Amino acid sequence: MADDIRTLSAQLAQDPHSLVFLRLGEALRRKGQLDAALRVAINGLERHPHLADAHDLYARVLTDKHDYEKAFDEWDMAVRIAPNHTGALKGLAFLYFKVGDVAQAEAHLDLAQRIEPEDPSITQAIAMVRGGVAPPPPAPAAPAPQEPAPAAPAASQALDESRVCAGLEGANEGLLLIDAAGRVLGGALRNPAGADVTDTVAAYLAGVSQEAARTAKLLGLGAWSGLSAEGHHGNVHLAHPTPEALLLVVRDRGVPLGRLAILALRATAMARRWLERET
Amino acid sequence: MSAALELVTRVRGVRGAMLVSADDGLVVAEQLMEGIKGGAVAALAASLAGRLRRAMEAGGVGASVFWHLQAEKGALLVVPGTTAGGILVVAVAEPDVNIGLVRLELLRAAEMVA
Repeated sequence: MADDIRTLSAQLAQDPHSLVFLRLGEALRRKGQLDAALRVAINGLERHPHLADAHDLYARVLTDKHDYEKAFDEWDMAVRIAPNHTGALKGLAFLYFKVGDVAQAEAHLDLAQRIEPEDPSITQAIAMVRGGVAPPPPAPAAPAPQEPAPAAPAASQALDESRVCAGLEGANEGLLLIDAAGRVLGGALRNPAGADVTDTVAAYLAGVSQEAARTAKLLGLGAWSGLSAEGHHGNVHLAHPTPEALLLVVRDRGVPLGRLAILALRATAMARRWLERET
Repeated sequence: MSAALELVTRVRGVRGAMLVSADDGLVVAEQLMEGIKGGAVAALAASLAGRLRRAMEAGGVGASVFWHLQAEKGALLVVPGTTAGGILVVAVAEPDVNIGLVRLELLRAAEMVA
């Protein structure tokens, strides 16, 4: 655990914008170093204010410090950002139970179970609430494995606002936002070997927006709205959240092109809002 | 080659089809409605196809099998040939065309010209 903390601290020092603060904060919390965990969570939140997981981490640390009022606000914020965040829903259920509001506790757990019906911890918490026993405070999901991230996120990964924001801030969500010159505005991509290919892909995509626009104009097709492509190992969709920006969404072949276009349309609107906030 | 293009152009809503050399963007064969500038479209389609192929290969999703540019008043649909530096099969279509059917016919046409 101490080694983990040292490694994670070094990774965070090397890249302060990385999402490794989530794992570091949790590792510190589990070790009982709550003040350090609190600092990590607050610093992470300052850099990623729209990331539901960051609010969830902060709430867990606050709960350990018995600051339930603030913890409630943080979990409430996490659910506002990502309504399907089961960690935050379980956290709110725990706090509702603590103040004696069993109905609200059960309602939040029921909602969490609808989102993750296979999660035994939710089933157990519901049984405990119904039996009048306080559910355990929510623990996060198991830490992410160290193996390389997949190049194309899986079919089950829908894109809600928190995922898009996290993806544009560097999490592996198969999103890349570039400007017309091929400069990265947000997002990150990895190939199947785990290598970072963000800059390479961005460079190859530079100029695609202008060429697509010229082609559509030449054909009398009006403004272009999207470009879907089917690859041997995955599918991609390109759209332009603003006239100057290009958003690439990458998914595995389990996500058909039609569905990918719908996902990308939503992601494009979220990316536009993200750009407006960040610039 | 005209038989391959006919597979595509007989689909309702398709305004034309072309075979384009992926390497140099030149028209190899075409069946286009009047008013479509085949040469210019071929050059841009080949350039777009090249950029997409490189980006997709770098991103780990492999070479493109089919791509589709959506626009307000129609679409450009492309199947890159199976041979390296080969032929692109290109279709220009109305906005309400059956994309799935055009894709199938483009794939069949690509097999015929391979």
